[in-house]
Amino acid sequence: MMANTTIAIEYQHVYKRFNGANYNAVNDVDLSINEGEFITILGSSGSGKTTLLKMTNRLYDPDSGNVILFGENIRNVDAVKVRRRIGYAIQQVGLLPHMTIAQNIAIVPNLLKWDKQRIDNRVRELTALVGLDCEEFLKRYPAQLSGGQQQRVGLARALAADPKIMLLDEPFGAIDAINRLNLQDELKRIHGGLKKTFLFVTHDINEALKLGTKVIVMNEGQVCQFDTPENIVNKPVGGFVESLIRSYREQEKIWGGLS
Amino acid sequence: MREIWHNIILYFENNMDVYFTMLQQHLNISIRVLVISLLISVPIGILCVIFTKQQKWVIGLFQVLRIIPSLAVLVLSIRFFGIGMGPAVIALAFLAIPPILMNTVAGLEEVPFFILETARGMGMTPLQIWLKVRLPLAFPLIIAGIKTAMVEIVASATIAALIGAGGLGQIIFQGLSVRRTELLLIGGISVAIISISAVFLLDLLERFVQRYKYV
Repeated sequence: MMANTTIAIEYQHVYKRFNGANYNAVNDVDLSINEGEFITILGSSGSGKTTLLKMTNRLYDPDSGNVILFGENIRNVDAVKVRRRIGYAIQQVGLLPHMTIAQNIAIVPNLLKWDKQRIDNRVRELTALVGLDCEEFLKRYPAQLSGGQQQRVGLARALAADPKIMLLDEPFGAIDAINRLNLQDELKRIHGGLKKTFLFVTHDINEALKLGTKVIVMNEGQVCQFDTPENIVNKPVGGFVESLIRSYREQEKIWGGLS
Repeated sequence: MREIWHNIILYFENNMDVYFTMLQQHLNISIRVLVISLLISVPIGILCVIFTKQQKWVIGLFQVLRIIPSLAVLVLSIRFFGIGMGPAVIALAFLAIPPILMNTVAGLEEVPFFILETARGMGMTPLQIWLKVRLPLAFPLIIAGIKTAMVEIVASATIAALIGAGGLGQIIFQGLSVRRTELLLIGGISVAIISISAVFLLDLLERFVQRYKYV
């Protein structure tokens, strides 16, 4: 199995420092991600996780180092083309309020100039995939949808052009606990059925461990550990990951004490 | 009172064609001013949002220009452009540009950063982001600016008659010079009706462009 896996994403000694900052937002990230993995990037705010994600679709460019997608250094590819090949969803969803749900989902296919019939079919397929009943929702505007429904549309929109890589920046961060669990399960199901590479940023350790086939733990711009959830929990590497796991176990005791 | 009413009817019986010519001129001037103001203020508004450092100077300049009484601008513009509709349109545009410009800037800046960044993240080009996202989302405020401007334009277009541009101002000034109340009423009420109709139409347009907010 290992022999025929393709590397989807490769970060080669990637650095990023923002103007005016005196520290590196991303500091020497060097790792490879296999195709089909569900990678969660776990870190607190300011850890550089979102910056790393945004360097994957050239919303930011690294100061030094390279990002390689399927063997291609994206520094040499037009940023607009890179982005159209990658799905992107964020916490605030960012649906365009003046477009209907159908138009929102069709944005990238339209940019890629698909023909109308193909777009229509794809939109219907996707609304079903993310669990929204087509006829009811397609003509509505984003303002008419709940937060959870909007995020489903956000996912459908990111998946629209069938990208090989999906970047998800805390997509469930603003959603209540129950809907969040449902969406996590559905995202996992969607990933399982599609053989795409998912990169999922979160600050929620439960979410990271539940969804990830592998987890990247980041702190202060550096990767502390990149491993399977089992190994993160059982063999934490370094002080930061250890204290992260320990603090979580402390929290668990609250539940033990109450029940 | 009855006499005024009688005179008004008499005026329309004898001067219907003159009245409609002046009405047409008034609308003509107003629409020209609006179009020119839009062509100037929307692009400048876009530039103001791109070059944020220069923004306050540009807006400040137009604010100062607006303070100058339109009558003064009108008289000044005769010096440079002669008499007729041209100078009138230019003088009135000074009034109309600031509200449209300021609302364009406000509307464009109000679009949240995350919406622009997701648009970029999906692979829209900078031009597509402007045309498909930023400008459409700024439309409601731009139209609100147009509404403010339109009321000023229609009202101030009366003074255009002073420099031979025609319009309903002619009836009013004629009424003033020969002290005929019915002419003042006909002119004044006509201007008010145009103003109200323009606001009503723009209200409809405003509601249409932001229908996504009310659904």
